[in-house]
Amino acid sequence: MALPNNYEAVIGLEIHVQLSTKTKMFCGCALSFGDEPNVHTCPVCLAHPGTLPTVNERAVRYALQIGLALDCEIAPRSIFHRKSYFYPDNPKGYQITQYDEPLAVNGRLGDVRIHRAHLEEDAAKTIHVGSSGRIHGSAQSLVDFNRGGTPLVEIVTEPDLKSPEEAREWAQLLRTTIKQLGVSDVNMEEGSLRVDANVSIRQTGASKLGTKTELKNMNSFRFLERGIAAELERQAAVLDAGEEVAQETFHFDPRTGSLTPLRSKEYADDYRYFPEPDLAPLVSTDQMLEEARAALPELPANRRERYETELGLPEDAARQLAFDAELADFFERALQTADGAEPRTIAIWVTGELVARLREASDGEADPASSKVTPQALAALAGMVDAKQVTTGAARQVLATLVAEGGDPAQIVEREGLAQMSDAGELEAIVAAAIEAEPGAAEKVRAGNPKAIGPIVGAVMRETKGRADGGEVTRLIREKLGAG
Amino acid sequence: MSDILDLTAGQALDRIAAGELSNEEYFDAYAEAAAGDELGAYLWRAQAGSANGAGDGPLRGAPVAVKDIFCTEGIETTAGSRILEGYRPPYTATAVRKLAEAGGRVLGKTNMDEFAMGSSNENSAYGPVRNPWDRERVPGGSSGGSAAAVAGRLAPWAIGTDTGGSIRQPASLCGVVGFKPTYGAISRYGMIAFASSLDQCGPLTRDVMDAAILLRALEGRDPCDSTSVGIEGGVELPSRTDLKGLRIGVPRELSADAEGIETGVTEVFERTLGLIADLGAEVDECELPHSAHGLSAYYVLAPAEASANLSRYDGVRYGLRAGSEDGTAETALVSMYERTRAAGFGAEVKRRIMLGTYALSSGYYEAYYGRAQRVRTKIAEDFAAAFERFDYLVTPTSPTVAFKLGARAENPLAMYMSDYCTVPMPLAGLPAISIPAGLAQPDGGGPDLPVGLQITSPAFTESGLLGAAFAIEGAIGFDARPGGTG
Repeated sequence: MALPNNYEAVIGLEIHVQLSTKTKMFCGCALSFGDEPNVHTCPVCLAHPGTLPTVNERAVRYALQIGLALDCEIAPRSIFHRKSYFYPDNPKGYQITQYDEPLAVNGRLGDVRIHRAHLEEDAAKTIHVGSSGRIHGSAQSLVDFNRGGTPLVEIVTEPDLKSPEEAREWAQLLRTTIKQLGVSDVNMEEGSLRVDANVSIRQTGASKLGTKTELKNMNSFRFLERGIAAELERQAAVLDAGEEVAQETFHFDPRTGSLTPLRSKEYADDYRYFPEPDLAPLVSTDQMLEEARAALPELPANRRERYETELGLPEDAARQLAFDAELADFFERALQTADGAEPRTIAIWVTGELVARLREASDGEADPASSKVTPQALAALAGMVDAKQVTTGAARQVLATLVAEGGDPAQIVEREGLAQMSDAGELEAIVAAAIEAEPGAAEKVRAGNPKAIGPIVGAVMRETKGRADGGEVTRLIREKLGAG
Repeated sequence: MSDILDLTAGQALDRIAAGELSNEEYFDAYAEAAAGDELGAYLWRAQAGSANGAGDGPLRGAPVAVKDIFCTEGIETTAGSRILEGYRPPYTATAVRKLAEAGGRVLGKTNMDEFAMGSSNENSAYGPVRNPWDRERVPGGSSGGSAAAVAGRLAPWAIGTDTGGSIRQPASLCGVVGFKPTYGAISRYGMIAFASSLDQCGPLTRDVMDAAILLRALEGRDPCDSTSVGIEGGVELPSRTDLKGLRIGVPRELSADAEGIETGVTEVFERTLGLIADLGAEVDECELPHSAHGLSAYYVLAPAEASANLSRYDGVRYGLRAGSEDGTAETALVSMYERTRAAGFGAEVKRRIMLGTYALSSGYYEAYYGRAQRVRTKIAEDFAAAFERFDYLVTPTSPTVAFKLGARAENPLAMYMSDYCTVPMPLAGLPAISIPAGLAQPDGGGPDLPVGLQITSPAFTESGLLGAAFAIEGAIGFDARPGGTG
């Protein structure tokens, strides 16, 4: 259900990106995912007495790259703070993060302004044993410190997003941008990309912001969209009932799609920030900035422009490719292997037919890299379309086969007899037979009704099993019926 | 044997080098002395005969007493707290590792005020330390065990930590040398944190030469401590015998005008100023106008940092875990935190955690922490201005001689005044040394007890400071010994 017309949504996102450094933010333990619990720990990340943090230099470099890619101003000097709270996932009793002097501020990505981006450390993982998976109601809690101390960049947007769809699309653009930088796996299901949303609504046209709520734990793009939509709806219902929206934090349950409020003990609000005395300020030198700039790859916005101007791709396809890292990667690789195929043809087949087939095949997700279709195969197929070796219809059949079982398009065409008919005499004979088989339709066409041609075309197509080019078939029928 | 215990560490090292004394003999003499500790100076002691290894390096296998605030792998390390009872660290502090690399051996772990919070060593969860000059009196704190062990001939030398005076004040009360180097001179890695921006490791020794030898082994940049830089050019062993050409300032606020300063202390201090002038220095009064606010700033900043530093003692990973109430995981968690920390921390530690938590709370931060930081800056500026006119500043180390056990235990403010003269230097990050200057009776009468002279200098001028202290030490000729060690 959409937000009623009399309200408008104001949405900001808070994104946590786990950096793919070799080691943790403040110690030398290896980063890992999926290993046995508590094997990547040391006195520092277990917060033994007397231990001290030291900053991971590569994490700083990665964070600078993110800041630059988001068009932020990089602070010449930024400092770490301690954020205090008691929880077993926080072994020091404080998280080292950045507070009022962050690394990067005032950026922009697409249509959304970036408030800030800063470095911090991730918490350990708590596993609550019990049905809910959350602490209240569970009988026992376990802590895995492997994740504790993983470098994170937190990105906070201004509240510039207006709908759940926009939020999802923009989050995907952000993901692609960071993916392109090569500084994170940005995988939402594995938690290397985590997106929280701050959501409020107000009367359309009002200037004052409504009370916002915070949504957490939406671990896929679809859940992000769904969670925000559900919260907008809830807030509208609250306001419609003449009540006020309370400032709260909600936990999204992916199993039920519902939002439940976090209890206050899980969300203390006086973190007693103060500057971390164990670490010197981070100073970004000109040399560090130059190196970070030099290491920036082509970012989605630039890529989209290049696709349109240099490759002549349609605007939609250029945008779709540029803003989707996996798709663009597939496209670029197909482009490299293509002999003869037009970039435009490849782009249209990748963004159109391929994405549609993949979504059907895998519940809405379209990652060509994990499909059976190789970039070479797609390029070869596009090349055959361009060379009129197969019709569009036949190419669709080939693609369906590729998605289902992979393989080489030329062989599939060969095996299934899908090559476009090139013998004019053979096609003419089939057309003549079709006209004879559909005398009623033929009469109407002769009498000046071009729409009546359908059954005759259909008969030809059936007979040729889609190997004939539709345009050529129509032309031939009309010629024979004198309706040219 | 008593002959060995009478040697300064430097003298003993010379004898070992000359083959006149074996390092095992040296170690065992102290291991046996430590075994007879009646002062409560030690929490853990090495066995006689346990010295092993060649004893290479400049420290030649010499025993060193180590404050129990330094992590020692496999050896119980408690920081004087019940909450760390039985805790055996999985790693060794950089300072202790460096001592070992220089050929030193850990003789024992010394008693201390819990988490270094205290000025009398009465805040130890493992009992007080007695002053070898008068066992009814405190040794000072928080490195009280280290100071008493050195003064009582139970260790040749020791390391301690100083946050607001925790090396210098007990050194003064026990009649030994105590040196707090510039912040950043020695790594803090493995030194259990009290107030991270102030804590600094340093030596407690029989004389200034020994302090220089130990500092040489300890200083240096450590990749595990981002705030460590070491001392550029290293540490020169002192040899100075006069103070010609030097200008010595006497900050009025920390000497004649110091709050609660005892008559005897003032007399010894003034006599020492005369000796300093006799050595050829130009002595003049100066001002550190904001230093009177040092204690107030310190008692906001140090507890604030401590409140965060001590959050890790939560019963989850190591140390004491008090049983929780039955209930859900959530209520059990909160009750585990509350019971563990209630049982594990002593009263003074709890008081400072509360003070610090309050000072950092939303809405109070500016009024307390923010303002205290500005005072800290002002104090540093005062010193910088004074050092434009003077090479060194001298003050009494402690306003009083050693006080009686229990005398200030019920009055935290009176206890805090013990650090009146020593707090401004760590706030400014400066090095400062306390050397024995003479004996004096407490106000109201009593036995003759040691009085310390504090000398301070600009950051990272340790070699010069040790040189000046060496010359003054020679002129004072302090040779009194505690009589009560038996």
